[in-house]
Amino acid sequence: MIGFGAGVVVLRNPVACALSLVASFLALAALFVTLDAYFIAIIQVLVTAGAVMVLFLFIIMLLNLQAEVRRRVKLGAMLGGGLVVLCFVELLSDTLSSSPLFSQPLPPLAEPLHSDVTMIGLTLFHSFNLPFQIIGVLLLVATVGVVLLSRQTLK
Amino acid sequence: MDDLSNFISHFFSPAAWSFLKAIGEACMTPLGFLIWTTLLKSAILLGIILGLVSYTVYAERRVSALIQDRLGPNRVGWQGLLQPIADAAKLLFKENFTPKNANYFYFRLAPKLVMIPPILVMGVIPFGSSLFGVPMTIASINVGAIYVLAISSISVYGIVLAGWASNSKYPFLGGIRSTSQMISYELSLALSIVPVFMVVGSLNLNTIVQYQVEYGWMIAPFWPQGMSWDSLLHPTAAWQAILAGIKLRHLLLWIPLIISFFIFFVSMFAETNRLPFDLPEAEQELIGGYHTEYSSMGFALFFLGEYTAMIAGASVITTLFLGGWSFPLIPDGSHGWFWGLVNIAVFFAKIIALLFIFIWVRWTLPRFRYDQLMKLGWYFFFELAVVNIFLTALILTYSK
Repeated sequence: MIGFGAGVVVLRNPVACALSLVASFLALAALFVTLDAYFIAIIQVLVTAGAVMVLFLFIIMLLNLQAEVRRRVKLGAMLGGGLVVLCFVELLSDTLSSSPLFSQPLPPLAEPLHSDVTMIGLTLFHSFNLPFQIIGVLLLVATVGVVLLSRQTLK
Repeated sequence: MDDLSNFISHFFSPAAWSFLKAIGEACMTPLGFLIWTTLLKSAILLGIILGLVSYTVYAERRVSALIQDRLGPNRVGWQGLLQPIADAAKLLFKENFTPKNANYFYFRLAPKLVMIPPILVMGVIPFGSSLFGVPMTIASINVGAIYVLAISSISVYGIVLAGWASNSKYPFLGGIRSTSQMISYELSLALSIVPVFMVVGSLNLNTIVQYQVEYGWMIAPFWPQGMSWDSLLHPTAAWQAILAGIKLRHLLLWIPLIISFFIFFVSMFAETNRLPFDLPEAEQELIGGYHTEYSSMGFALFFLGEYTAMIAGASVITTLFLGGWSFPLIPDGSHGWFWGLVNIAVFFAKIIALLFIFIWVRWTLPRFRYDQLMKLGWYFFFELAVVNIFLTALILTYSK
Protein backbone atom coordinates (compact mmCIF):
# COMPACT_ATOMS: atom_id res chain seq x y z
CA MET A 1 0.00 0.00 0.00
CA ILE A 2 2.79 2.38 0.91
CA GLY A 3 4.57 1.39 -2.28
CA PHE A 4 1.57 2.31 -4.40
CA GLY A 5 1.10 5.46 -2.34
CA ALA A 6 4.66 6.46 -3.22
CA GLY A 7 3.86 5.60 -6.83
CA VAL A 8 1.12 8.25 -6.87
CA VAL A 9 3.72 10.91 -6.05
CA VAL A 10 6.76 9.59 -7.89
CA LEU A 11 5.37 8.38 -11.23
CA ARG A 12 5.39 10.91 -14.08
CA ASN A 13 2.46 9.69 -16.11
CA PRO A 14 -0.89 10.97 -14.73
CA VAL A 15 -2.72 7.78 -15.73
CA ALA A 16 -0.12 5.65 -13.95
CA CYS A 17 -0.51 7.88 -10.86
CA ALA A 18 -4.29 7.39 -10.87
CA LEU A 19 -3.86 3.64 -11.25
CA SER A 20 -1.45 3.41 -8.33
CA LEU A 21 -4.00 5.34 -6.28
CA VAL A 22 -6.57 2.67 -7.22
CA ALA A 23 -4.14 -0.08 -6.21
CA SER A 24 -3.46 1.60 -2.86
CA PHE A 25 -7.23 1.85 -2.27
CA LEU A 26 -7.52 -1.88 -2.96
CA ALA A 27 -4.70 -2.52 -0.47
CA LEU A 28 -6.56 -0.39 2.09
CA ALA A 29 -9.66 -2.54 1.51
CA ALA A 30 -7.52 -5.62 2.14
CA LEU A 31 -6.44 -4.08 5.48
CA PHE A 32 -10.11 -3.65 6.41
CA VAL A 33 -10.74 -7.31 5.55
CA THR A 34 -7.98 -8.42 7.93
CA LEU A 35 -9.81 -6.43 10.63
CA ASP A 36 -13.02 -8.42 9.89
CA ALA A 37 -14.73 -5.26 8.56
CA TYR A 38 -15.97 -6.76 5.28
CA PHE A 39 -18.70 -4.20 4.72
CA ILE A 40 -16.36 -1.21 5.01
CA ALA A 41 -13.83 -2.95 2.76
CA ILE A 42 -16.37 -3.59 0.03
CA ILE A 43 -17.84 -0.10 0.25
CA GLN A 44 -14.27 1.21 -0.02
CA VAL A 45 -13.77 -0.71 -3.27
CA LEU A 46 -17.24 0.13 -4.61
CA VAL A 47 -17.17 3.87 -3.94
CA THR A 48 -13.56 5.01 -4.19
CA ALA A 49 -11.97 2.47 -6.54
CA GLY A 50 -15.11 1.70 -8.55
CA ALA A 51 -16.80 5.06 -8.95
CA VAL A 52 -14.60 8.00 -7.93
CA MET A 53 -11.39 6.79 -9.52
CA VAL A 54 -13.13 5.79 -12.77
CA LEU A 55 -14.36 9.37 -12.96
CA PHE A 56 -10.83 10.64 -12.23
CA LEU A 57 -9.37 8.45 -14.95
CA PHE A 58 -12.09 9.58 -17.34
CA ILE A 59 -11.23 13.25 -16.76
CA ILE A 60 -7.47 12.64 -17.05
CA MET A 61 -7.91 10.85 -20.36
CA LEU A 62 -10.40 13.40 -21.68
CA LEU A 63 -8.05 16.30 -20.93
CA ASN A 64 -5.22 14.22 -22.43
CA LEU A 65 -2.66 15.35 -19.86
CA GLN A 66 0.92 14.78 -20.90
CA ALA A 67 3.54 13.19 -18.70
CA GLU A 68 5.30 15.67 -16.44
CA VAL A 69 8.71 16.83 -17.57
CA ARG A 70 11.49 15.39 -15.50
CA ARG A 71 12.76 18.15 -13.23
CA ARG A 72 16.24 18.24 -11.73
CA VAL A 73 16.13 17.03 -8.18
CA LYS A 74 17.72 19.56 -5.83
CA LEU A 75 19.81 17.92 -3.14
CA GLY A 76 19.06 20.59 -0.50
CA ALA A 77 15.32 20.39 -1.02
CA MET A 78 15.44 16.59 -0.82
CA LEU A 79 17.39 16.71 2.46
CA GLY A 80 15.09 19.37 3.92
CA GLY A 81 11.98 17.39 2.99
CA GLY A 82 13.43 14.23 4.48
CA LEU A 83 14.31 16.10 7.70
CA VAL A 84 10.75 17.43 8.07
CA VAL A 85 9.27 13.94 7.54
CA LEU A 86 11.69 12.44 10.08
CA CYS A 87 10.78 15.09 12.67
CA PHE A 88 7.09 14.44 12.10
CA VAL A 89 7.47 10.66 12.48
CA GLU A 90 9.52 11.19 15.65
CA LEU A 91 6.85 13.50 17.10
CA LEU A 92 4.07 11.09 16.18
CA SER A 93 5.76 8.08 17.76
CA ASP A 94 6.51 10.16 20.90
CA THR A 95 2.86 11.20 21.25
CA LEU A 96 1.56 7.71 20.60
CA SER A 97 3.93 5.96 22.98
CA SER A 98 3.25 8.48 25.78
CA SER A 99 -0.51 7.86 25.52
CA PRO A 100 -1.65 5.16 27.99
CA LEU A 101 -3.95 3.61 25.38
CA PHE A 102 -1.05 2.37 23.28
CA SER A 103 1.18 1.10 26.06
CA GLN A 104 -1.06 -1.89 26.75
CA PRO A 105 -2.10 -4.50 24.16
CA LEU A 106 -5.54 -3.99 22.69
CA PRO A 107 -8.26 -6.31 24.03
CA PRO A 108 -9.42 -8.99 21.57
CA LEU A 109 -12.45 -8.16 19.46
CA ALA A 110 -15.72 -8.84 21.22
CA GLU A 111 -17.98 -11.34 19.46
CA PRO A 112 -20.43 -9.04 17.59
CA LEU A 113 -24.15 -9.31 18.30
CA HIS A 114 -25.22 -8.87 14.67
CA SER A 115 -23.49 -9.01 11.31
CA ASP A 116 -21.41 -5.92 10.56
CA VAL A 117 -23.95 -4.58 8.05
CA THR A 118 -26.65 -4.56 10.75
CA MET A 119 -24.27 -2.95 13.25
CA ILE A 120 -23.38 -0.14 10.86
CA GLY A 121 -27.04 0.42 10.03
CA LEU A 122 -27.98 0.56 13.71
CA THR A 123 -25.17 2.96 14.57
CA LEU A 124 -25.88 5.21 11.62
CA PHE A 125 -29.66 5.45 12.02
CA HIS A 126 -29.95 5.27 15.82
CA SER A 127 -27.03 7.00 17.52
CA PHE A 128 -25.97 9.29 14.69
CA ASN A 129 -29.21 9.93 12.87
CA LEU A 130 -29.10 13.74 13.05
CA PRO A 131 -25.47 14.12 11.82
CA PHE A 132 -26.24 11.62 9.06
CA GLN A 133 -29.19 13.66 7.83
CA ILE A 134 -27.24 16.91 8.08
CA ILE A 135 -24.53 15.37 5.87
CA GLY A 136 -27.25 14.33 3.43
CA VAL A 137 -28.55 17.90 3.18
CA LEU A 138 -25.00 19.17 2.82
CA LEU A 139 -24.35 16.82 -0.11
CA LEU A 140 -27.64 17.88 -1.72
CA VAL A 141 -26.65 21.54 -1.42
CA ALA A 142 -23.25 20.75 -2.94
CA THR A 143 -24.92 18.95 -5.87
CA VAL A 144 -27.28 21.85 -6.52
CA GLY A 145 -24.32 24.23 -6.34
CA VAL A 146 -22.36 22.22 -8.90
CA VAL A 147 -25.32 22.16 -11.29
CA LEU A 148 -25.74 25.93 -10.88
CA LEU A 149 -22.05 26.63 -11.51
CA SER A 150 -21.88 24.45 -14.63
CA ARG A 151 -25.02 26.15 -15.95
CA GLN A 152 -23.39 29.55 -15.65
CA THR A 153 -20.28 28.52 -17.56
CA LEU A 154 -22.47 27.16 -20.37
CA LYS A 155 -24.06 30.59 -20.91
CA MET B 1 -6.92 -50.34 5.17
CA ASP B 2 -3.54 -50.66 6.93
CA ASP B 3 -2.47 -53.33 4.44
CA LEU B 4 -3.28 -51.00 1.59
CA SER B 5 -1.33 -48.09 3.07
CA ASN B 6 1.62 -50.42 3.77
CA PHE B 7 1.50 -51.59 0.17
CA ILE B 8 1.43 -48.03 -1.19
CA SER B 9 4.26 -46.94 1.13
CA HIS B 10 6.65 -49.28 -0.78
CA PHE B 11 6.51 -46.93 -3.75
CA PHE B 12 7.84 -43.92 -1.81
CA SER B 13 11.02 -43.23 0.14
CA PRO B 14 10.41 -43.16 3.95
CA ALA B 15 10.82 -39.38 4.13
CA ALA B 16 8.37 -38.80 1.27
CA TRP B 17 5.92 -41.27 2.82
CA SER B 18 5.93 -39.57 6.23
CA PHE B 19 5.47 -36.25 4.43
CA LEU B 20 2.48 -37.63 2.54
CA LYS B 21 1.04 -39.04 5.76
CA ALA B 22 1.39 -35.66 7.47
CA ILE B 23 -0.44 -34.03 4.56
CA GLY B 24 -3.21 -36.64 4.80
CA GLU B 25 -3.62 -35.97 8.52
CA ALA B 26 -3.61 -32.22 7.96
CA CYS B 27 -6.45 -32.67 5.43
CA MET B 28 -8.58 -34.28 8.12
CA THR B 29 -8.42 -31.32 10.54
CA PRO B 30 -11.30 -28.82 10.14
CA LEU B 31 -9.07 -26.10 8.70
CA GLY B 32 -7.32 -28.52 6.34
CA PHE B 33 -10.67 -29.90 5.23
CA LEU B 34 -11.91 -26.37 4.53
CA ILE B 35 -8.78 -25.58 2.52
CA TRP B 36 -8.75 -28.64 0.28
CA THR B 37 -12.50 -28.63 -0.38
CA THR B 38 -12.33 -24.92 -1.26
CA LEU B 39 -9.42 -25.52 -3.63
CA LEU B 40 -11.24 -28.44 -5.24
CA LYS B 41 -14.45 -26.43 -5.62
CA SER B 42 -12.56 -23.48 -7.15
CA ALA B 43 -10.75 -25.73 -9.62
CA ILE B 44 -13.92 -27.53 -10.72
CA LEU B 45 -15.93 -24.31 -10.99
CA LEU B 46 -13.16 -22.64 -13.01
CA GLY B 47 -13.07 -25.65 -15.34
CA ILE B 48 -16.84 -25.59 -15.81
CA ILE B 49 -16.86 -21.83 -16.47
CA LEU B 50 -14.05 -21.94 -19.03
CA GLY B 51 -15.71 -24.85 -20.82
CA LEU B 52 -19.00 -22.99 -20.77
CA VAL B 53 -17.27 -19.85 -22.14
CA SER B 54 -15.83 -21.63 -25.17
CA TYR B 55 -19.15 -23.27 -25.96
CA THR B 56 -21.00 -19.97 -25.47
CA VAL B 57 -18.83 -18.56 -28.25
CA TYR B 58 -19.77 -21.55 -30.39
CA ALA B 59 -23.46 -21.15 -29.46
CA GLU B 60 -23.27 -17.45 -30.32
CA ARG B 61 -22.04 -18.27 -33.82
CA ARG B 62 -24.52 -21.07 -34.41
CA VAL B 63 -27.52 -19.16 -33.04
CA SER B 64 -26.62 -16.04 -35.01
CA ALA B 65 -26.37 -18.21 -38.12
CA LEU B 66 -29.76 -19.71 -37.34
CA ILE B 67 -31.30 -16.27 -36.91
CA GLN B 68 -29.74 -14.97 -40.14
CA ASP B 69 -30.65 -18.13 -42.07
CA ARG B 70 -27.03 -19.28 -42.49
CA LEU B 71 -25.27 -22.47 -41.40
CA GLY B 72 -22.49 -21.25 -39.12
CA PRO B 73 -19.39 -23.29 -38.20
CA ASN B 74 -20.29 -26.97 -38.76
CA ARG B 75 -17.10 -28.51 -40.17
CA VAL B 76 -14.88 -29.38 -37.18
CA GLY B 77 -16.33 -32.45 -35.49
CA TRP B 78 -19.99 -33.40 -35.42
CA GLN B 79 -22.05 -30.25 -36.11
CA GLY B 80 -18.88 -28.21 -35.54
CA LEU B 81 -18.71 -29.09 -31.85
CA LEU B 82 -14.89 -29.10 -31.84
CA GLN B 83 -14.76 -25.57 -33.30
CA PRO B 84 -13.73 -23.89 -29.97
CA ILE B 85 -10.63 -26.08 -29.79
CA ALA B 86 -9.68 -25.23 -33.37
CA ASP B 87 -10.21 -21.52 -32.62
CA ALA B 88 -8.02 -21.67 -29.53
CA ALA B 89 -5.23 -23.42 -31.45
CA LYS B 90 -5.43 -20.82 -34.21
CA LEU B 91 -5.27 -17.91 -31.75
CA LEU B 92 -2.31 -19.43 -29.88
CA PHE B 93 -0.24 -19.73 -33.04
CA LYS B 94 -0.80 -16.13 -34.19
CA GLU B 95 1.78 -13.45 -33.61
CA ASN B 96 1.25 -11.53 -30.36
CA PHE B 97 1.72 -8.07 -31.83
CA THR B 98 2.30 -4.88 -29.85
CA PRO B 99 2.02 -1.54 -31.68
CA LYS B 100 5.18 0.59 -31.69
CA ASN B 101 3.82 3.56 -29.75
CA ALA B 102 1.76 1.57 -27.26
CA ASN B 103 2.58 1.64 -23.57
CA TYR B 104 3.86 -1.94 -23.29
CA PHE B 105 3.23 -2.60 -19.59
CA TYR B 106 -0.36 -1.33 -19.54
CA PHE B 107 -1.07 -2.73 -23.00
CA ARG B 108 -0.27 -6.24 -21.72
CA LEU B 109 -1.91 -5.69 -18.31
CA ALA B 110 -5.31 -4.67 -19.70
CA PRO B 111 -6.52 -8.06 -21.07
CA LYS B 112 -5.78 -9.72 -17.73
CA LEU B 113 -7.76 -7.04 -15.88
CA VAL B 114 -10.73 -7.81 -18.13
CA MET B 115 -10.55 -11.54 -17.41
CA ILE B 116 -10.04 -11.53 -13.61
CA PRO B 117 -13.10 -9.66 -12.17
CA PRO B 118 -15.83 -11.96 -13.59
CA ILE B 119 -13.98 -15.01 -12.24
CA LEU B 120 -13.75 -13.28 -8.83
CA VAL B 121 -17.50 -12.68 -8.94
CA MET B 122 -18.15 -16.40 -9.40
CA GLY B 123 -16.40 -16.99 -6.05
CA VAL B 124 -19.37 -15.84 -3.95
CA ILE B 125 -22.17 -17.31 -6.08
CA PRO B 126 -23.95 -20.30 -4.51
CA PHE B 127 -23.91 -22.63 -7.52
CA GLY B 128 -25.47 -25.60 -5.69
CA SER B 129 -26.99 -26.46 -2.34
CA SER B 130 -24.58 -28.95 -0.81
CA LEU B 131 -22.76 -32.08 -1.87
CA PHE B 132 -21.72 -34.67 0.76
CA GLY B 133 -22.50 -32.01 3.38
CA VAL B 134 -20.09 -29.47 1.84
CA PRO B 135 -21.88 -26.20 0.90
CA MET B 136 -21.48 -25.45 -2.80
CA THR B 137 -20.32 -21.86 -2.43
CA ILE B 138 -16.63 -21.02 -2.54
CA ALA B 139 -16.90 -18.07 -0.15
CA SER B 140 -20.15 -17.37 1.68
CA ILE B 141 -19.54 -13.83 2.93
CA ASN B 142 -22.34 -11.83 4.52
CA VAL B 143 -21.93 -8.93 2.06
CA GLY B 144 -21.89 -11.15 -1.04
CA ALA B 145 -24.32 -9.07 -3.09
CA ILE B 146 -22.41 -5.79 -2.83
CA TYR B 147 -19.15 -7.68 -3.29
CA VAL B 148 -20.51 -8.59 -6.73
CA LEU B 149 -21.28 -4.93 -7.47
CA ALA B 150 -17.86 -3.77 -6.23
CA ILE B 151 -15.96 -6.28 -8.34
CA SER B 152 -17.95 -5.56 -11.48
CA SER B 153 -17.32 -1.84 -10.99
CA ILE B 154 -13.59 -2.58 -11.11
CA SER B 155 -13.89 -4.48 -14.39
CA VAL B 156 -14.07 -1.21 -16.33
CA TYR B 157 -10.35 -0.57 -15.71
CA GLY B 158 -9.29 -3.29 -18.13
CA ILE B 159 -11.25 -1.75 -21.00
CA VAL B 160 -10.21 1.82 -20.20
CA LEU B 161 -6.54 0.85 -19.95
CA ALA B 162 -6.69 -1.07 -23.22
CA GLY B 163 -8.16 1.96 -24.94
CA TRP B 164 -5.59 4.31 -23.47
CA ALA B 165 -2.46 2.14 -23.75
CA SER B 166 -3.07 1.28 -27.42
CA ASN B 167 -2.27 4.92 -28.30
CA SER B 168 -4.69 4.89 -31.20
CA LYS B 169 -7.85 6.93 -31.64
CA TYR B 170 -10.54 4.25 -32.11
CA PRO B 171 -9.59 2.20 -29.05
CA PHE B 172 -9.36 5.45 -27.09
CA LEU B 173 -12.90 6.41 -28.08
CA GLY B 174 -14.02 2.93 -27.08
CA GLY B 175 -12.38 3.29 -23.66
CA ILE B 176 -13.96 6.70 -23.05
CA ARG B 177 -17.39 5.42 -24.07
CA SER B 178 -16.98 2.43 -21.80
CA THR B 179 -16.22 4.63 -18.78
CA SER B 180 -19.17 6.92 -19.18
CA GLN B 181 -21.47 3.99 -19.91
CA MET B 182 -20.26 2.16 -16.82
CA ILE B 183 -20.78 5.20 -14.59
CA SER B 184 -24.33 5.72 -15.78
CA TYR B 185 -25.38 2.09 -15.54
CA GLU B 186 -23.62 1.23 -12.30
CA LEU B 187 -26.08 3.42 -10.40
CA SER B 188 -29.23 1.81 -11.72
CA LEU B 189 -27.62 -1.64 -11.43
CA ALA B 190 -26.90 -1.12 -7.73
CA LEU B 191 -30.14 0.68 -6.89
CA SER B 192 -32.33 -1.81 -8.74
CA ILE B 193 -31.43 -4.72 -6.45
CA VAL B 194 -31.98 -2.79 -3.21
CA PRO B 195 -35.67 -3.99 -3.08
CA VAL B 196 -34.40 -7.59 -3.04
CA PHE B 197 -32.24 -6.86 0.00
CA MET B 198 -35.16 -5.08 1.69
CA VAL B 199 -37.46 -8.06 1.16
CA VAL B 200 -34.95 -10.70 2.22
CA GLY B 201 -33.27 -8.61 4.91
CA SER B 202 -29.78 -9.88 4.17
CA LEU B 203 -26.89 -9.29 1.80
CA ASN B 204 -25.71 -12.90 1.90
CA LEU B 205 -26.39 -14.60 -1.43
CA ASN B 206 -26.97 -17.95 0.32
CA THR B 207 -29.68 -16.40 2.49
CA ILE B 208 -31.28 -14.84 -0.59
CA VAL B 209 -31.45 -18.24 -2.31
CA GLN B 210 -32.76 -19.87 0.87
CA TYR B 211 -35.53 -17.26 1.02
CA GLN B 212 -36.50 -18.13 -2.54
CA VAL B 213 -36.57 -21.84 -1.67
CA GLU B 214 -39.08 -21.03 1.06
CA TYR B 215 -41.30 -18.43 -0.61
CA GLY B 216 -40.84 -19.03 -4.33
CA TRP B 217 -38.60 -17.25 -6.83
CA MET B 218 -38.32 -13.48 -6.72
CA ILE B 219 -39.91 -12.99 -10.14
CA ALA B 220 -42.52 -15.73 -9.69
CA PRO B 221 -43.44 -16.20 -6.01
CA PHE B 222 -45.83 -19.09 -6.63
CA TRP B 223 -43.85 -22.15 -5.57
CA PRO B 224 -43.90 -22.26 -1.82
CA GLN B 225 -42.14 -24.99 0.10
CA GLY B 226 -45.48 -26.63 1.03
CA MET B 227 -45.60 -28.18 -2.43
CA SER B 228 -44.11 -31.66 -2.74
CA TRP B 229 -44.55 -34.81 -4.83
CA ASP B 230 -47.04 -36.16 -2.30
CA SER B 231 -49.23 -33.09 -2.51
CA LEU B 232 -49.31 -33.41 -6.31
CA LEU B 233 -51.01 -36.78 -5.93
CA HIS B 234 -53.80 -35.09 -4.00
CA PRO B 235 -54.91 -32.10 -6.10
CA THR B 236 -57.03 -30.55 -3.36
CA ALA B 237 -54.16 -30.66 -0.89
CA ALA B 238 -51.79 -29.25 -3.51
CA TRP B 239 -54.19 -26.41 -4.26
CA GLN B 240 -54.49 -25.66 -0.56
CA ALA B 241 -50.71 -25.69 -0.18
CA ILE B 242 -50.38 -23.18 -3.02
CA LEU B 243 -53.10 -20.95 -1.57
CA ALA B 244 -51.50 -21.13 1.86
CA GLY B 245 -48.15 -20.16 0.42
CA ILE B 246 -49.42 -17.09 -1.48
CA LYS B 247 -50.11 -14.11 0.72
CA LEU B 248 -51.24 -10.63 -0.24
CA ARG B 249 -47.87 -9.29 0.92
CA HIS B 250 -46.05 -11.50 -1.55
CA LEU B 251 -48.35 -10.60 -4.41
CA LEU B 252 -47.86 -6.89 -3.69
CA LEU B 253 -44.09 -7.30 -3.39
CA TRP B 254 -44.15 -9.00 -6.76
CA ILE B 255 -44.67 -5.62 -8.51
CA PRO B 256 -41.44 -3.90 -7.33
CA LEU B 257 -39.48 -7.12 -7.71
CA ILE B 258 -40.53 -7.48 -11.36
CA ILE B 259 -39.52 -3.85 -11.96
CA SER B 260 -36.17 -4.38 -10.26
CA PHE B 261 -35.59 -7.58 -12.28
CA PHE B 262 -36.29 -5.66 -15.49
CA ILE B 263 -33.88 -2.82 -14.62
CA PHE B 264 -31.18 -5.22 -13.43
CA PHE B 265 -31.47 -7.39 -16.52
CA VAL B 266 -31.22 -4.48 -18.96
CA SER B 267 -28.39 -2.83 -17.01
CA MET B 268 -26.55 -6.13 -17.12
CA PHE B 269 -26.47 -5.85 -20.92
CA ALA B 270 -24.78 -2.46 -20.55
CA GLU B 271 -22.43 -3.78 -17.88
CA THR B 272 -21.26 -6.66 -20.07
CA ASN B 273 -21.02 -4.46 -23.21
CA ARG B 274 -23.51 -6.57 -25.13
CA LEU B 275 -25.74 -5.33 -27.89
CA PRO B 276 -27.93 -3.21 -27.80
CA PHE B 277 -25.43 -1.41 -25.53
CA ASP B 278 -22.11 -2.43 -27.12
CA LEU B 279 -21.02 1.12 -27.96
CA PRO B 280 -17.45 0.66 -26.62
CA GLU B 281 -16.81 -1.87 -29.38
CA ALA B 282 -19.21 -0.72 -32.10
CA GLU B 283 -17.71 -2.44 -35.14
CA GLN B 284 -19.04 -0.02 -37.74
CA GLU B 285 -17.86 3.17 -36.03
CA LEU B 286 -14.86 2.09 -33.94
CA ILE B 287 -13.62 -1.03 -35.79
CA GLY B 288 -13.94 -3.14 -32.64
CA GLY B 289 -13.30 -0.35 -30.14
CA TYR B 290 -10.90 -0.95 -27.28
CA HIS B 291 -9.47 -4.23 -28.63
CA THR B 292 -8.71 -3.00 -32.15
CA GLU B 293 -4.93 -3.14 -31.64
CA TYR B 294 -4.84 -6.56 -30.01
CA SER B 295 -4.03 -9.82 -31.73
CA SER B 296 -3.53 -13.45 -30.74
CA MET B 297 -4.06 -14.27 -27.04
CA GLY B 298 -4.46 -10.61 -26.08
CA PHE B 299 -7.56 -10.45 -28.24
CA ALA B 300 -8.65 -13.90 -27.08
CA LEU B 301 -8.49 -12.79 -23.45
CA PHE B 302 -10.78 -9.82 -24.19
CA PHE B 303 -13.13 -12.16 -25.96
CA LEU B 304 -13.10 -14.72 -23.15
CA GLY B 305 -13.40 -11.94 -20.57
CA GLU B 306 -16.55 -10.66 -22.23
CA TYR B 307 -18.15 -14.10 -22.26
CA THR B 308 -17.04 -14.85 -18.69
CA ALA B 309 -18.65 -11.55 -17.67
CA MET B 310 -21.83 -12.73 -19.40
CA ILE B 311 -21.76 -15.98 -17.43
CA ALA B 312 -21.05 -14.14 -14.17
CA GLY B 313 -23.88 -11.71 -14.91
CA ALA B 314 -26.26 -14.56 -15.74
CA SER B 315 -25.38 -16.34 -12.49
CA VAL B 316 -25.96 -13.15 -10.46
CA ILE B 317 -29.38 -12.73 -12.11
CA THR B 318 -30.15 -16.40 -11.45
CA THR B 319 -29.13 -16.12 -7.81
CA LEU B 320 -30.99 -12.90 -7.09
CA PHE B 321 -34.18 -13.39 -9.05
CA LEU B 322 -34.54 -16.89 -10.47
CA GLY B 323 -34.11 -18.90 -7.30
CA GLY B 324 -30.45 -19.89 -7.71
CA TRP B 325 -30.10 -23.68 -7.60
CA SER B 326 -33.67 -24.24 -6.44
CA PHE B 327 -36.42 -25.70 -8.57
CA PRO B 328 -39.99 -26.57 -7.56
CA LEU B 329 -40.41 -30.14 -6.28
CA ILE B 330 -36.65 -30.83 -6.25
CA PRO B 331 -35.23 -31.28 -2.72
CA ASP B 332 -31.85 -29.81 -1.74
CA GLY B 333 -28.53 -31.59 -1.24
CA SER B 334 -29.26 -32.67 2.34
CA HIS B 335 -31.42 -35.47 0.88
CA GLY B 336 -28.46 -37.21 -0.78
CA TRP B 337 -25.63 -36.49 -3.18
CA PHE B 338 -27.82 -37.16 -6.22
CA TRP B 339 -30.06 -34.18 -5.42
CA GLY B 340 -26.96 -32.11 -4.73
CA LEU B 341 -25.78 -32.81 -8.27
CA VAL B 342 -29.27 -32.12 -9.64
CA ASN B 343 -29.22 -28.72 -7.90
CA ILE B 344 -25.92 -27.83 -9.56
CA ALA B 345 -27.34 -28.95 -12.92
CA VAL B 346 -30.44 -26.79 -12.37
CA PHE B 347 -28.25 -23.76 -11.65
CA PHE B 348 -26.22 -24.19 -14.83
CA ALA B 349 -29.36 -24.93 -16.88
CA LYS B 350 -30.77 -21.57 -15.77
CA ILE B 351 -27.50 -19.86 -16.71
CA ILE B 352 -27.54 -21.46 -20.16
CA ALA B 353 -31.14 -20.34 -20.70
CA LEU B 354 -30.15 -16.76 -19.77
CA LEU B 355 -27.10 -16.92 -22.06
CA PHE B 356 -29.40 -17.94 -24.89
CA ILE B 357 -31.55 -14.87 -24.20
CA PHE B 358 -28.39 -12.71 -24.22
CA ILE B 359 -27.45 -14.10 -27.65
CA TRP B 360 -31.02 -13.86 -28.93
CA VAL B 361 -31.25 -10.17 -27.95
CA ARG B 362 -27.90 -9.42 -29.57
CA TRP B 363 -29.00 -10.68 -32.97
CA THR B 364 -32.48 -9.17 -32.76
CA LEU B 365 -32.13 -5.59 -31.56
CA PRO B 366 -30.18 -2.80 -33.29
CA ARG B 367 -27.58 -0.73 -31.44
CA PHE B 368 -28.68 2.33 -29.47
CA ARG B 369 -27.40 5.78 -30.36
CA TYR B 370 -25.06 7.13 -27.71
CA ASP B 371 -27.32 9.91 -26.38
CA GLN B 372 -30.24 7.46 -26.28
CA LEU B 373 -28.16 5.15 -24.12
CA MET B 374 -27.27 7.96 -21.71
CA LYS B 375 -30.86 9.21 -21.57
CA LEU B 376 -32.19 5.71 -20.87
CA GLY B 377 -29.70 5.29 -18.02
CA TRP B 378 -30.02 8.67 -16.33
CA TYR B 379 -33.57 9.80 -17.11
CA PHE B 380 -35.44 6.51 -16.93
CA PHE B 381 -33.74 3.64 -15.10
CA PHE B 382 -32.23 5.72 -12.30
CA GLU B 383 -35.53 7.38 -11.38
CA LEU B 384 -37.45 4.14 -11.76
CA ALA B 385 -35.04 2.34 -9.43
CA VAL B 386 -35.31 5.07 -6.76
CA VAL B 387 -39.12 5.12 -6.94
CA ASN B 388 -39.06 1.34 -6.78
CA ILE B 389 -37.16 1.41 -3.47
CA PHE B 390 -39.80 3.71 -1.94
CA LEU B 391 -42.59 1.49 -3.29
CA THR B 392 -41.02 -1.58 -1.67
CA ALA B 393 -40.61 0.26 1.62
CA LEU B 394 -44.28 1.32 1.56
CA ILE B 395 -45.47 -2.24 0.88
CA LEU B 396 -43.19 -3.69 3.57
CA THR B 397 -44.48 -1.16 6.12
CA TYR B 398 -48.19 -1.34 5.43
CA SER B 399 -48.80 -5.00 4.58
CA LYS B 400 -48.23 -7.49 7.34
